[in-house]
Amino acid sequence: MRYIEPHAHMVSRVTGDYTAMVVAGCRAVCEPAFWAGFDRGSVEGFRDYFSQLTEHEPKRAARFGLPHFTWLCINSKESENVKLADEVLAMIPEFLDRPNVLGIGEIGLNKNSRNEIAVFEKHIDLAARREQMILVHTPHLEDKLKGTRLIVDILKNDRRIVPGRVLIDHVEEHTAGLALDAGFWAGITLYPESKCTPPRAIDMVEVFGAERLWLNCACDWGNSDPLAVPKTALEMRRRGHSEEAIDNLIFGNPLRFLSQTPKFSIG
Amino acid sequence: MMTKTEILDLYFADARSKLIDLAAFLDRIERSSGAGEHDPRVRSFRAALSHLQGGEAEKAKAVLLTLSDPTTEPVAVATTKGASGAWPQYPS
Repeated sequence: MRYIEPHAHMVSRVTGDYTAMVVAGCRAVCEPAFWAGFDRGSVEGFRDYFSQLTEHEPKRAARFGLPHFTWLCINSKESENVKLADEVLAMIPEFLDRPNVLGIGEIGLNKNSRNEIAVFEKHIDLAARREQMILVHTPHLEDKLKGTRLIVDILKNDRRIVPGRVLIDHVEEHTAGLALDAGFWAGITLYPESKCTPPRAIDMVEVFGAERLWLNCACDWGNSDPLAVPKTALEMRRRGHSEEAIDNLIFGNPLRFLSQTPKFSIG
Repeated sequence: MMTKTEILDLYFADARSKLIDLAAFLDRIERSSGAGEHDPRVRSFRAALSHLQGGEAEKAKAVLLTLSDPTTEPVAVATTKGASGAWPQYPS
């Protein structure tokens, strides 16, 4: 088995997780910028974080022969502090040309507030001006439906945005169609409690088709499993999916989407 | 695609276990003190359960929609970062 982990917050994980992922067949890991579990106090905190994502973490992953890529942004959970968000947005371009930066992400909404929307739109503008790919976080639980509708509308209304270069992540049964029908890629996140289980993820693959879907573990400092993708592949085998279909979903699809930026090369 | 029998063979025991967990959760709520029945989480949870019976298609989607904020206007300001899993204004 081989797979690409397209969404994992490795700065929050222990080194043994890298070993387990590589042993399970992981060929590359992609790490979107996210919320640390607390609000950072200044733009310099983000500068350190972006340095960690573009300098230190790739070296840590390389010790296991694992290519490491990243996406940059300020998370929607910190968007109510618009002054800080503007300072971070102004700093991001300093990092965009670094070799492992794939684009802008994971941007999006959390509680669907006006300030979150304003900061989301500024990220989209930055991505459009710099011709960056976009990775979108959709809200949690009861806020996901409304947030996904808002996100899809905002993206569709910006004519500079090419839907095929945008992935809308954390979709579930009630939001996958919203993303896919608008031409975007969609990500299914495998979490032990919230988001999606392996059987439901495979249900969605069977219902919506695998053409523009990827699976990810989104492992972070919370209740999450860095091996959720290969475990879901085993579940697909139990259901009788072919090895070719499994490989296409967990390796071929992220490779196709991410290879739209020439920076994504895994040899 | 698997047959109905194959799906039952693969998933029935797991689904049975989760069904009993749901029943035990409701028993736990009903045994406890306080005004939990008026909590929007309980109200929307019971409404969501109604989608499990009958021949309605897309039951998972129906449950998720029942547990979702159905409004379309952005909120003025985010006063919290977390989500409870049910729309706090779910009608009584």
